[in-house]
Amino acid sequence: MILLTTWAVFTAVQGYAITKTGVSCDVAGLDSAISNLILGIIGVLTVLIFKFYQPGKANRLYRGAYVIAVVIIYHHAITFVLNTVFAQNKEYLVFIEQSMPVRDVMALLVISFITITHWLVGYIQDKEESEKNKTEIETIMREAELVKLRQQLQPHFLFNSLNSINALVITQPQEARKMVQQLSEFLRGTLRKDEQKLIPLKDELAHLNLYLEIEKVRFGHRLNIETKNCENCLESGIPPLLLQPVVENAIKFGLYDTTGDVLITIETKLNDHLLTVKITNPFDKETQRSKSGNNFGLESIQRRLYLLFARKDLLKTRTENSNFITTISIPQLK
Amino acid sequence: MKRAIIIDDEPLARTIAHEYLLQHSDIELVAQCGDGFEGVKAIQQHKPDIIFLDIQMPKISGFEMLELIEDKPAIIFTTAFDEYAIKAFEANAIDYLLKPYSQDRFNSALDKWRAGANKPEERVEKLLNTTQLYVEETNRIVIKNGSDIRIVPTQDIHYIEAYDDYVKIFTKETYYLKKKTMNYYESVLNANDFFRTHRSFIVNLKELTRIEPMEKNSYVAVLRSGKKVPVSRTSYSQLKEKLGI
Repeated sequence: MILLTTWAVFTAVQGYAITKTGVSCDVAGLDSAISNLILGIIGVLTVLIFKFYQPGKANRLYRGAYVIAVVIIYHHAITFVLNTVFAQNKEYLVFIEQSMPVRDVMALLVISFITITHWLVGYIQDKEESEKNKTEIETIMREAELVKLRQQLQPHFLFNSLNSINALVITQPQEARKMVQQLSEFLRGTLRKDEQKLIPLKDELAHLNLYLEIEKVRFGHRLNIETKNCENCLESGIPPLLLQPVVENAIKFGLYDTTGDVLITIETKLNDHLLTVKITNPFDKETQRSKSGNNFGLESIQRRLYLLFARKDLLKTRTENSNFITTISIPQLK
Repeated sequence: MKRAIIIDDEPLARTIAHEYLLQHSDIELVAQCGDGFEGVKAIQQHKPDIIFLDIQMPKISGFEMLELIEDKPAIIFTTAFDEYAIKAFEANAIDYLLKPYSQDRFNSALDKWRAGANKPEERVEKLLNTTQLYVEETNRIVIKNGSDIRIVPTQDIHYIEAYDDYVKIFTKETYYLKKKTMNYYESVLNANDFFRTHRSFIVNLKELTRIEPMEKNSYVAVLRSGKKVPVSRTSYSQLKEKLGI
């Protein structure tokens, strides 16, 4: 319907323009009807072509070439058809010859208009799409950030520590004060920004120690920690905040999987430019709460190591008797 | 004199509850426990009027411990952070203390209890049957057999049968009674391993050997042990679909 109306309007306008030059109405009408029909067909073809073939941004030149090619085809088509139809009317053939540049320019304008409109619509759609993708990516990033923050802050740990401090305030104010200091320092440490840079192992162990001191106060005599550090390891590089979640995991499973006293061991070694940290905790394979067991929570460590070193073999876990052993290896640059 | 027990795995958490309790001369602290096993024993021995119960504890959680107790005392739950448990408390109108809590908050929980608002039975039973307490599917069931507490992995269960207000959980050697609903087990057990064949039966699919027609339009599932378990008509078609036959 729109096509038909457009065609009628174009025909009427062109017919009127031709009659102005002194040509009779029926000849002018026939000429306009035929030329606009051809122009219409070419226009529709253009729309269809662009519908199925979307030139990329880099191919803007193709669109220009296409427009020119189409106009040339139009020129030849219309010359041929009109010359055939009006073969008897010698006078009118001269008029056609003379009016050809005007017709070409008209065709150029129409086809360019279609091409540009189509390109604009595509451009806007692309833009909307990329805008949508961008917001989606941002949402995902924000969520990841939140999860990370929450993991680091560990509400369960934080509130229980505060509860312990609350208990110490009256009976052992010095201890309460010490724990407030340790908790603050630990929390400040988790807010360190750059996770890409390696830090010396001794700094990471100092941070871990703050955490362990707090946990010892919380769980009292049940929790025993044994650390064996090799002297020459202490300057080795390690991604920050890597050990604490692993040790936290070990403590959680050690403490919640057994009822007696729990021994967690942390051992560091340096061999062949590879720093290894071995963390051992007792567990009960019969009664583990969930199938994922100790592995739960280690996934994010695995992922971080992969992102940093592009290796999937840096985190290993195994069970030995009733112990769960987590080993982390950090390649050292020579 | 009312009797109270504090059950919490963190010593200082017990200390603070104890300290707050000293302000209530009508309540006597009869025991402090560091885990659910001690808790069960102490409750049987002392028959307290009220317990302060932590949720995350070694071996068995506070909820699992409660499942093992027949005559439940009044309970005030204490927790630091446990999204799902808190939702469940809210849903069942159960009072709880969020650590660290103040003396005032502690007092008001006790006032509510004295006013009779914290009657345990029904609401706690309902709470223990809410599946939202467990985010991950259950892969074990805690059972008390006399004074012996056992943790049974769900894969050892052959089938479960409804038994009035209880369910009977059958393993190879024996069965255990739990005060839970069939709906509860249907939703917390791994749906790949367990199937409800009947209003009153849930079967471990690994134990299933074949399905036999019984009478007209009725079937029985035959377990490895030879036990025959009824299969309802609607379940029969679902079961066939599930097993791909």
